[in-house]
Amino acid sequence: MDNINEEKPRLILREHDIIENNSRISTVFDNQFDVKSFKKKFQIVIVRHDQTDMEFDLIGIHPSLVNCFRRLILSEVQTMAIDKVHVLNNTSIMQDEILAHRLGLIPLKADPRLFETKCDSKAAPDEKDTLEFELKIKCSNNKDSSKKESSRAEDMYKNSNVYSKHIKWVPIGGQKSKFKENEVGPIHSDILITKMRPGHELDLKLFAFKSNGKDHAKFSPVATVFYRLLPDIRLVKPVEGEAALRLQKCFSPGVITVKKDGDKQYAVLNENQARYDMSSRNVFRYEDLIDSVVMSKVHDHFIFTIESVGALPPEAIFREAVTILKDKCSSLLTELSSIM
Amino acid sequence: MPELQDTNTEIFGNPKSYNKPVKDIEEKWKLVPAFLKVKGLVKQHIDSFNYFINVEIKKIVEANCKVTCDADPLFYIKYTNVHVGTPVVDEGFNMIKPTTPHDCRLRDMTYSAPISVDIEYTRGTQRVAKSGLLIGRMPIMLKSSNCVLSNKSEYELAKMNECPLDPGGYFIVKGQEKVILIQEQLSRNRMLVEEGKWGIQCQVTSSTHEKKSRTVVFVKGNKYYMTHNIFTDAIPISIVFKAIDILSDKEICELIGVPDIHKLTPTLEECHKLKIYTQEAALRYLGGKIMTKRYSVSASKVKTPMDEARDLLATTVLAHIPVDEFDFHLKAVYLGLMVKRVIQAQTDKKFLDDRDYYGNKRMELAGSLISLMFEDVFKRFNYDLKSIAEKTIPKIRATQFDVVKYMRPELITNCLVFAISTGNWTIKRFRMERLGVTQVLSRLSYISALGMMTRVNSQFESTRKVSGPRSLQPSQWGMLCPSDTPEGEACGLVKNLALMTHITTDVDEYPIIRLARNSGMEDIGMVASIALHSPQAFIVFLNGNILGVTTYYKRLIHVFRLMRRKGKISNYVSIYPSFLHKCIYISSDGGRLCRPYIIVEKGIPLVNQHHIIELEKGIRGFQDFLHDGLIEFLDVNEENDSFIACYEKDVGPETTHLEIAPFTLLGVCAGLVPYPHHNQSPRNTYQCAMGKQAMGTIGYNQRNRMDTLLYNLVYPQAPLCTTKSIELTNFDKLPAGQNATIAVMSYSGYDIEDALILNKASIDRGFGRCLVYRNSKCIMKRYPNQTYDRIQGPMIDTQTNQSMWKHKCLDNDGIASPGELVENKQTLVNKSVPSVSVVPGTTPNTTVEYKDTPLSYRNVEPSYVEKVLVSTNEEDTTLIKILLRQTRKPEIGDKFSSRHGQKGVVGLIVEQEDMPFNEYGICPDIVMNPHGYPSRMTVGKLLELLSGKAASVEGKFHYGTAFGGSKVEDVGEELIKHGYHYQGKDVFYSGITGEPLQAYIYSGPVYYQKLKHMVQDKIHARARGPRAVLTRQPTEGRSRDGGLRLGEMERDCLIGYGASLMLVERLMVSSDQCDVDVCNQCGRLGYCGWCNGCKSSAKVSSITMPYACKLLLTELQAMNITARLTLTNYCK
Repeated sequence: MDNINEEKPRLILREHDIIENNSRISTVFDNQFDVKSFKKKFQIVIVRHDQTDMEFDLIGIHPSLVNCFRRLILSEVQTMAIDKVHVLNNTSIMQDEILAHRLGLIPLKADPRLFETKCDSKAAPDEKDTLEFELKIKCSNNKDSSKKESSRAEDMYKNSNVYSKHIKWVPIGGQKSKFKENEVGPIHSDILITKMRPGHELDLKLFAFKSNGKDHAKFSPVATVFYRLLPDIRLVKPVEGEAALRLQKCFSPGVITVKKDGDKQYAVLNENQARYDMSSRNVFRYEDLIDSVVMSKVHDHFIFTIESVGALPPEAIFREAVTILKDKCSSLLTELSSIM
Repeated sequence: MPELQDTNTEIFGNPKSYNKPVKDIEEKWKLVPAFLKVKGLVKQHIDSFNYFINVEIKKIVEANCKVTCDADPLFYIKYTNVHVGTPVVDEGFNMIKPTTPHDCRLRDMTYSAPISVDIEYTRGTQRVAKSGLLIGRMPIMLKSSNCVLSNKSEYELAKMNECPLDPGGYFIVKGQEKVILIQEQLSRNRMLVEEGKWGIQCQVTSSTHEKKSRTVVFVKGNKYYMTHNIFTDAIPISIVFKAIDILSDKEICELIGVPDIHKLTPTLEECHKLKIYTQEAALRYLGGKIMTKRYSVSASKVKTPMDEARDLLATTVLAHIPVDEFDFHLKAVYLGLMVKRVIQAQTDKKFLDDRDYYGNKRMELAGSLISLMFEDVFKRFNYDLKSIAEKTIPKIRATQFDVVKYMRPELITNCLVFAISTGNWTIKRFRMERLGVTQVLSRLSYISALGMMTRVNSQFESTRKVSGPRSLQPSQWGMLCPSDTPEGEACGLVKNLALMTHITTDVDEYPIIRLARNSGMEDIGMVASIALHSPQAFIVFLNGNILGVTTYYKRLIHVFRLMRRKGKISNYVSIYPSFLHKCIYISSDGGRLCRPYIIVEKGIPLVNQHHIIELEKGIRGFQDFLHDGLIEFLDVNEENDSFIACYEKDVGPETTHLEIAPFTLLGVCAGLVPYPHHNQSPRNTYQCAMGKQAMGTIGYNQRNRMDTLLYNLVYPQAPLCTTKSIELTNFDKLPAGQNATIAVMSYSGYDIEDALILNKASIDRGFGRCLVYRNSKCIMKRYPNQTYDRIQGPMIDTQTNQSMWKHKCLDNDGIASPGELVENKQTLVNKSVPSVSVVPGTTPNTTVEYKDTPLSYRNVEPSYVEKVLVSTNEEDTTLIKILLRQTRKPEIGDKFSSRHGQKGVVGLIVEQEDMPFNEYGICPDIVMNPHGYPSRMTVGKLLELLSGKAASVEGKFHYGTAFGGSKVEDVGEELIKHGYHYQGKDVFYSGITGEPLQAYIYSGPVYYQKLKHMVQDKIHARARGPRAVLTRQPTEGRSRDGGLRLGEMERDCLIGYGASLMLVERLMVSSDQCDVDVCNQCGRLGYCGWCNGCKSSAKVSSITMPYACKLLLTELQAMNITARLTLTNYCK
């Protein structure tokens, strides 16, 4: 434990609490924020990136700043979502409000950057701030004789399940030339909205507006966004034999490999795999292993994950968040300067 | 002797294996669902009602089958048969249609079936037979044999708008669902020895169809007496014996059979003192002690007091003991035994009976209660017919007297409907009056309805402060739920049946008597009095009556149990010996609590793995287990003669029975609690009360119902940590709650005192969202003067050509249309009634004046109209029902609870970004303060969280069944498998600072219930508002927009503090301030600066006082009391 103390600042995961190993060593927390040194130290490493998900490391940054991005993404990055439903007819068993609520939670493909925020909620829909959709569907008995015998609802009735794919876009004004249908509609075509039986009918007009997650969770651009500190695991004592296998199981897969040397087994730490440990701390179950390993976290190394809903690519979401922060700062500065 | 040993091992196996515990019968709990499949959860109600309409009603009619009259000796009516049909509804104009329960619910009708009789009677001199004559209508219990729902498939039930999971067992009367609660009372016709007013007494409450009476034998000083409510005084027991033809003192002593005769000498002397030596003398003595009757009997029937005493002794004293041709032998034996019990109890306290012992209790169910009521009203019906016959026959009439025309079915119909709808059970012949026998079935949640069906109400008054009847009786093990009882007043008096409890119905006694005689019992008539109390003899009782004597009690019991297991006699007959009383008790009466057990013979349970496999395959049913004698029902008394093992490991050579599943000792409500055996017991009791308030789903037909109040959860979920009971009661199909991810940590200080922190994003996504349905209804009356209520369309504003605001939601027909939003004070039905009631007979006024009486919506929060029902009710008047709906999101102050009696209100709703999150990015839905744990000791909740977490990562349900369930080690292992901490504690990051929290946070899913108490229904404030007319003080209560009372204690605070001006403001200025003129001269009140007494305005001054005070003064004046005020100047 001592040799770790002397190294870089770390948060040590003990059995019942988390402590700092050495508070005397100055960390990012103690330093005065200085753009130059920050620029020099700060580093972004993209680890994983696809259509919706993105995992990247923010290194050498203060947690409050990382948290700030997380918070902004959750609640201030704007997206489009269905917010107003005109119910012309609804004879299904689902209540109007519940139906509207469910429709609102359907993520839309529309790029929010191409729209404006609607200021006056009572104003008529405008092509700049509103997307209009239509959900017109009627359930009826399936006349198709090939499936007469079947007693599955899908075979017996037509349109017994209403999916998000049934939502049709109705362009307002010049929107038709600006967008294509698959650019604005629901991202997933198979979200079940409601179930119907013959005689049930839906005739709805849906209006999507732009807003942020503070207003309602449906406007949040992400399923979730979070970060964790980079784990740093040290094997202090050699672990051999059966204990090695036990130790391996105490961590997420890949963190520790058991190497065989003749008839001897011993545990080896996979240096760059430690980041995948999810701090389960199951080592503390075994009395004999407690002393052989030290689990800790790096103070200023954040593994940041964005799980986008799909309207915006994750990197764009992060960029938006940065822009918002920038705007906020500059507006604060102008405010301050106006006072002084 | 090595050879012998060898043969021994050959025959008996290796002696070492004897000590091996019996192998566990795996999955034997599957017998419980098999049992419930046959019996259902409310089988006791349905069984009892079926018994009544199929068997008992016939007996009642048979017992009262003949009606004669004094006016015409030829006249008679004889009922030859009675039949209860299937439920129908009378639609007027003689149209009779079959009906369904749901129809009756919606249309406010009674779900009842015609009772028809076949009769034979005389019309003049002719004898006429008629069949299928309607004498009344019987409300029909749902799912009983005559109900349209019985034996219907799920599809058929759905077609009738009925929920297939609905238990049935209740009635629908005037559209309301009514349950006849199970009534618990002391067993009738049994001797009960206890400490009475004067000392030891032995009392018997005899009850037959005709009579109900109580006979008490007690000791006073050193003499034995008998009291009975027909006698004015206590009567020395020896005189009673003499009156029933036991003349010699020796025989009396033999009948009593006490070795120490000296105890009886003072009693016997009494006779000699009073010079009573013959039966006549004794009867004459008794004749003088008879309570004088209030009404006089017609002169011809007057009997001598002696005859009357003889009659009463035969019929009323110990009424349950049959007396044939004045042969009192049986009664004498019984009375002798009663005296013996008293004498025994005098010397030895262990002879005292326990009144609270469940073997001495009987449950009265719907069937027996209705049968009492029906018999009473049927007698009244016959009496009415008789008096009509007596009145009309002597008259000379054109047509012949036909009694059928006078049979009005309304009497019986109305009596039954009235009894069930009010719950007032008044039975004149027993002078019985009970209130609150029925209750409206609570449909708050499925569980609350189910819980109500298993409720047992004790007859004991709740005001008396005796702990005995309220405390947990050891004999209620397995029969009544130990957890499910309300707190407070009715604590321990209202109980609930356990999961497998069955309540017996009456079984025919005749085959039992024959069996007893054939298995070595001497009939009581054959036994000499002296032999009764011989040391070897065991007296055999059947349902409280002495049947005979046996010396081979073991054989008798063995034969009975064998016959029962073979199915030769009813499964529910119980037999057990009492070595203390030297008696064998056989019971076949109704209302005994019993439950099934696996039979164990010679240390081996008869049910083995093979049977269970057959059960799983569906080859075997519960009935087969009964038929094959593998399982039997034991009642409380027989349970005490058995050696029952809880688990297989406890089975020993003496064991007679094995428990099927230990969790069945809990009831329906307690069955919801996961890991209840880890909780502090009151917590389970709290949850039992709260489970009934949780909203969720109430049935598959909930959307078709139009209840006065109905709560639904928008997204109900089955609990992740479930129990066997939950699956058995179908709670997982009709759940009432949601699996919320909780983090046990402190947050912000808005979580003190059990308050919860809710995640706003969770609420946005539908957590805790509920629907509240309410109905409004009105009926359109017709009046005798050809006028009727009418509905008009909406009032149109002429300028805008739109409906006025009040009528905004009305359709053209004047009734609110579905889908409309209605706001406070808007009209739902634009109804008006004719203002002048024209005297019938005069020509109706051509222009009838109408007065508006709209049905308006009264609630600050608006509602949507869900649907409208226009129909007619039983009286053929139009009925309009409007179902209104509100959707509510959780808000601060709404009440939530977990399943461990841990309730709390929402203290703060937090944005998702402020919520802590773990390394997987999971944000809790609820943050719960850890202070809720230490003092409550609800370890079950901790376990629920852990196994819920494992269940969610594993993708299956975990069990938290009572006395079983998933073990912590296994659950922890599963968590490790998925990379979680084995104790469920995770690293969390603060959502506010962004730094990791110092402590690990215990987090995972816990099933949370939203309770019906919501802020929106309770919020109340007022600045100005209505005042009461009389006192001019603000009105009281939220519904009247009343003021908030500054009560006595608050007033005391202000007085103590000395805030006098504050007092004046609160109590007068803000309440009923009033300026009055007071005359300084006479001290009386004046007005307008004028004193009417002094006829002057000279000394009148104006002061302020509470109007209540002024009212007092004037009211006193009205009673001729003058209160004079003396005014002094404040500044002097």
